[in-house]
Amino acid sequence: MYKLTKNITLSVVTSLLTLGLVGNASAKVEGDTIVLGAAVSLTGKYTTAGHHTQRGYDLAVSRVNSKGGVTVGGKNYRLKVIYYDDESTPARGAQLAERLIKQDGVKFMLGPYSSGLTKAMAPITEKHKVPMVEGNGASRSLFNKGYRYLFAVLSTSEQYLQEAVNLAAQHAKAMGKSPSSVKVAVAVENDPFSLDIRAGVLDDAKRHGMKVVVDDKLPRELSDMSATLTKVKALKPDILVVSGHSKGASLITRQAAAMRVKVPMLAITHCESAKVTDNKKFGTKAEGTLCATQWAPTMTYRDPWFGSAGDYAKDFKAAYGYVPPYQAAESTASVLVWVNALQNANSFDTEKVRDALSATKLQTFYGNVKFDATGKNIAKPMVLRQVQGGKYVVVAPAKWASHKLVHPRP
Amino acid sequence: MDNLQLLIDAPVFTLQLLIDGLLAGAIFALAAYGMALVWGVMNIINITQGEFVILGGFVTLYLSYLGIHPLWGVPVSALALFIVGWGVYRLVIFRIVDRDLFISILATFGISILLQQLMNQLFGADIQNADPNLGTLFLFNDDVAIANIKFVALAVTIVTGVLLILFLRKSRIGQAIRATAQSARAARLMGINTDRVYATTYALNAALCGATGSLVVMTWVIHPFIGLIYTVRSFMIVIVAGLGNLAGVVVAGLGLGAAENFAGFLLGTEFQAAFVFSLLVIILVWRNYRLGKKRQYLK
Repeated sequence: MYKLTKNITLSVVTSLLTLGLVGNASAKVEGDTIVLGAAVSLTGKYTTAGHHTQRGYDLAVSRVNSKGGVTVGGKNYRLKVIYYDDESTPARGAQLAERLIKQDGVKFMLGPYSSGLTKAMAPITEKHKVPMVEGNGASRSLFNKGYRYLFAVLSTSEQYLQEAVNLAAQHAKAMGKSPSSVKVAVAVENDPFSLDIRAGVLDDAKRHGMKVVVDDKLPRELSDMSATLTKVKALKPDILVVSGHSKGASLITRQAAAMRVKVPMLAITHCESAKVTDNKKFGTKAEGTLCATQWAPTMTYRDPWFGSAGDYAKDFKAAYGYVPPYQAAESTASVLVWVNALQNANSFDTEKVRDALSATKLQTFYGNVKFDATGKNIAKPMVLRQVQGGKYVVVAPAKWASHKLVHPRP
Repeated sequence: MDNLQLLIDAPVFTLQLLIDGLLAGAIFALAAYGMALVWGVMNIINITQGEFVILGGFVTLYLSYLGIHPLWGVPVSALALFIVGWGVYRLVIFRIVDRDLFISILATFGISILLQQLMNQLFGADIQNADPNLGTLFLFNDDVAIANIKFVALAVTIVTGVLLILFLRKSRIGQAIRATAQSARAARLMGINTDRVYATTYALNAALCGATGSLVVMTWVIHPFIGLIYTVRSFMIVIVAGLGNLAGVVVAGLGLGAAENFAGFLLGTEFQAAFVFSLLVIILVWRNYRLGKKRQYLK
């Protein structure tokens, strides 16, 4: 008997709780506070990048709030983010998306870190018709599934090194040669992100009629590139493109120097995470290398919240003690896109807000934002920085270049 | 086939691939010594091999942070890993020495996962390397470029091999190891403390891996989760060379290094590992065939 009573009490309490939560679900706005939800990687293999993401969000929220918040229907609202730790695992990310939407009643989502986690969460937000603005999922496979509620402020991965191919073409033209005389070598890791990069590079090489002389896919347990580099030495391409996360960046920087591979242009990704400019680790071996980046503090974009990209970098450094990597900047930009869309929609109706998001036309310190029908940002180019004198300087695209390209690399 | 034409047109690149591959193979052979030893004496296939290698690499890396030249890491990592190996034996391995092969694979696989995660927590998941700054040997107008550290690696492998053979033949504990390998029971009857022999063998293996890791961090890069490939290579070398044949291990190691390099060049790096494993299958089938013939002859 006692057990039965206990069970009944339990179920009553549970249902009351559930009711309370359901009641909460319609209230995506609590009083004068708009609630955003995010799952970020605070533990696990993406811990570092996860913290950059969270700090990017936090800085945006505190800045927007201190500048008067978000104005909807003539009333000012403050922003707040509910965070959960996704432990760097996609399955947990998907669970947390469900929890944020169904239990916490969040109607406006921010993205997690990495393409993999975004890929796991997008089907959930899509199912519940909750818009998600993300700044850290670059794989183009996110944008060919017909998602209506996913918006990405960053450039997709196939664009990472396309600019380098165009740069090689421009250089050939300037030398009075046809771009089709340029020989391209590609060595990328066998993973979705790097294969995207390869696809982008091959597309552009084809467009210019260039000849691809090396097209190697590096294994994941890659620890030696000498076979590929021997081929590069034999075939003498004009440009070598390498993408293999920080492992690839670190190997190519070391081995190209050790084997005296004299390729006039070397374009790679993940320079920052591999710390190729670290004098103690690499000496001056990275000199002249082109590095793809989403954003750099020297760019001249501006917005009313942070001012210029340089101002943002200063504020971020004051708050967290280090120069913001692009992962933080694109996270901040995601929040700014939300603010802009909510104000333009002038409503909290998710469909109206979604339409406002899709019509976004905004300049932030991070770059211009304009989404195409698939939700990816088509207004912001990737930037190429070259290592010159041990420092990163922007050399392309021409509009944002602060320095001239050194070609061929020393 | 274009790549093959390239080698025919410019034979100097064949030389590059061959030398580079052989020297890389010397590094693989060093770790394979240890695997052959543990397998032969204790009948344990040590999956932890690769993690010991990476751990040795981290020891050398931290030594270089202290301003000590990473070449000193070869003996220091070996010593550090000897102690780690002894500890792992006392904690886990002694429980599984007499069990079947499956239990030992499972147990060492577990240790390998544990070590990976511990290294990830302690040292972080960044890619690391310790540059010995020994320069590169350039021949034929820079067309052949071999990092000098690889010659050091070959020297270390040969010297260690000779020392190991001398140790096993001449020293008391070496003789005890060989006796135990032949028959643990008979060795025990003769008053040999086989538990101690096993501990020494296992620790010696870890030490060899430590020295390997030290060479790896100076030649290539390390990362907490990159160890498995060294286990696989050791396994393959031992399979090809057979147990208790150190000279065979060196030859198989060098051959594996060269084969990997040529496969990477001719077929593309994505088929490098696939080619090597296909080679393993072919060699096993061939050996089986040879053995079969021998039996028929004996009949």
